[in-house]
Parts: sequence; C-alpha cells; structure tokens
Amino acid sequence: MGSAASELPTRRAPLADVAETGLKIVIVGGFGVGKTTLVRSVSEIRPLNTEEVMTQAGVGVDETTGVRAKTTTTVAFDFGRISLNERTVLYLFGAPGQERFWFLWDRLFSGTLGAVVLVDTRRMDDSWYAIDRLEHHGTPFVVAVNRFDDEPVRHSLDEIRQALALGAHVPMVDCDARVRASGKHVLITLVDHLYELALAREATS
Amino acid sequence: MRRPVDTGDPDRLYTVTGGRSRADTTFDLVTLVVSECEPAAGMQSEHVGILELCRHPTAVVEIAAELRLPITVVRILLGDLLAAGKITARHPPTARSAASLPDTALLKEVLHGLRSL
Repeated sequence: MGSAASELPTRRAPLADVAETGLKIVIVGGFGVGKTTLVRSVSEIRPLNTEEVMTQAGVGVDETTGVRAKTTTTVAFDFGRISLNERTVLYLFGAPGQERFWFLWDRLFSGTLGAVVLVDTRRMDDSWYAIDRLEHHGTPFVVAVNRFDDEPVRHSLDEIRQALALGAHVPMVDCDARVRASGKHVLITLVDHLYELALAREATS
Repeated sequence: MRRPVDTGDPDRLYTVTGGRSRADTTFDLVTLVVSECEPAAGMQSEHVGILELCRHPTAVVEIAAELRLPITVVRILLGDLLAAGKITARHPPTARSAASLPDTALLKEVLHGLRSL
C-alpha cells in the first residue's frame, strides 16, 4: 500500500461472479499531466488501453470537396478498475482533454459519477477547456493539482483557483499521482463532494 | 501498450461487423456482460472471444481492450450475442441525464469502498 511501484497482476483477475454494478469516474487532463499514473496508482489491474472510433461526415473538419467524405476520429483512453465490494466495481478512465475528445463524451461517459480535472501548473492552459466542457455538460468535478518536483514556482491552491477562474464550490486538492494514498485521497475528495451535492438535492426535493 | 486497431486496416472492422456501423447503445462502457453458453463450432472468432472472456462478469470496456477492438464494434457484436440469448447484461444504475446525480446510498457505498482500499 502507498508505494509508487504497485505490484499489479500481469493477468487480468476476473470480477466476482456476483458483480452487478459498474460505475465510472473520469480523469481529464492534458497530455503528460499524469492521468495514467493516477489510474495506475489506485487500480487493481494494470491500466488497459482502448479506443473509440467515430465515423461521420466531418465534424469540425473542413469540407474540401463537394463529396462528403467520411472522416474517422479516434480517441484512445486508458482505464483501470477498483472493486469496491463483491457487487460494485468502479472504473477509472483517463481521458485526453483535447477538443475532439468531447464529441465522444456523451457516448462514452454519460452517467459518470463525476470527474477529476488533473492540473499541471506548468501548463495550466490545458485545463481551461476541460473545465469549460465539464461545466457545460453539468458534470460535477474536483480539481487535483499534480505536484511535479521541477515546478519553477510553487503556486498555492488559491492562486491556481484564481488563475482557472474556478468558483468557490469546486473542491481543490494537491496530489502526487504516483502515490496510491494520494490518488485515493483525490477520489475520496470527489465522492465526498458528490455526496454533499446529493444530500443538498435530496433536502430540497 | 497502445495499439490502434483502426490504423491502416478499416477492412478488418468492416468484416468483423458485417459492414454495420450502428451500435446497440444500450451497452454502457461499464455494463457487465456474462456468457450464458460456451462457444460453439462455426461461430465468428470475435463472438468466441467474447464468450470466453465473459465466463466471469466483464465490462464492455474490458472486452474492447482485450479483443483490441473499438467500443462501437464491441457494442455491435454484443448486440448480436444478446439477441441470440448467448449473453446477459448487467447495466449500470439507470442512464442518468447529464445534470442529475446518483443517490446518497450509492455514493456512501462508493466512499466506504474507497476508504477501505
């Protein structure tokens, strides 16, 4: 527990036969921010990679001729798994934040419990778009700042909140995506937040 | 680890699905699939692969990763198997609209599970 080099089985262990409920949490962030590292640190399986292909007449693509050529957009993503108990399994998806990915959001991640936006302070601009899209989709999220050792200046969470124009209602947390306990803390922060939101909603309904 | 399945070989996907591109959208990424029979002689190899994998409950996304096929293709194949009664599907709690939230009981269960990791 808590070690960076977790020992994951090389063969995928099957779920219990009584497993019945699959849940998902999406970790969004720019290239190299540590999404897969975070998934790996908490997953019970070695992260797997898969992809979705969207074939349609040009979305966001110039139509160069009168012929409506089909374009194929491929989005690859990693995922890992946590068995919460015998019946319930949580899947963690590491998803790229770039524009084309959001065309597939509804098809892949509708019904997600919530999202973690993983931020690298050296490349904060990468996070803007993801935050904007999550707000647009009405997906609750928390912001986790992956602390890298070679940060030129260490910004406080308050400074980062301001830089990202994040409302006070969005929880923020520091993390080290390589460390299991830290990754676990990020997930708990998100689910705590979701729980508070659900309590508030139940109180008013 | 990454192995794009569609690069340079769209014909393979076309063959696997018999030219169909519309997937059965009732299969969520985390729908758990269970085989209800053993593979039989003469079955399409991808169907055989799914039935072998799903002797224990297996999420759609895991099937896609193991078979190295895009999600859409796997959904099409699963639709075939479901229609033929060869698999059953355990779907996640009701497909929610983007703006709604899961209930507190479920979230409590998730929190409990995460804390005991």
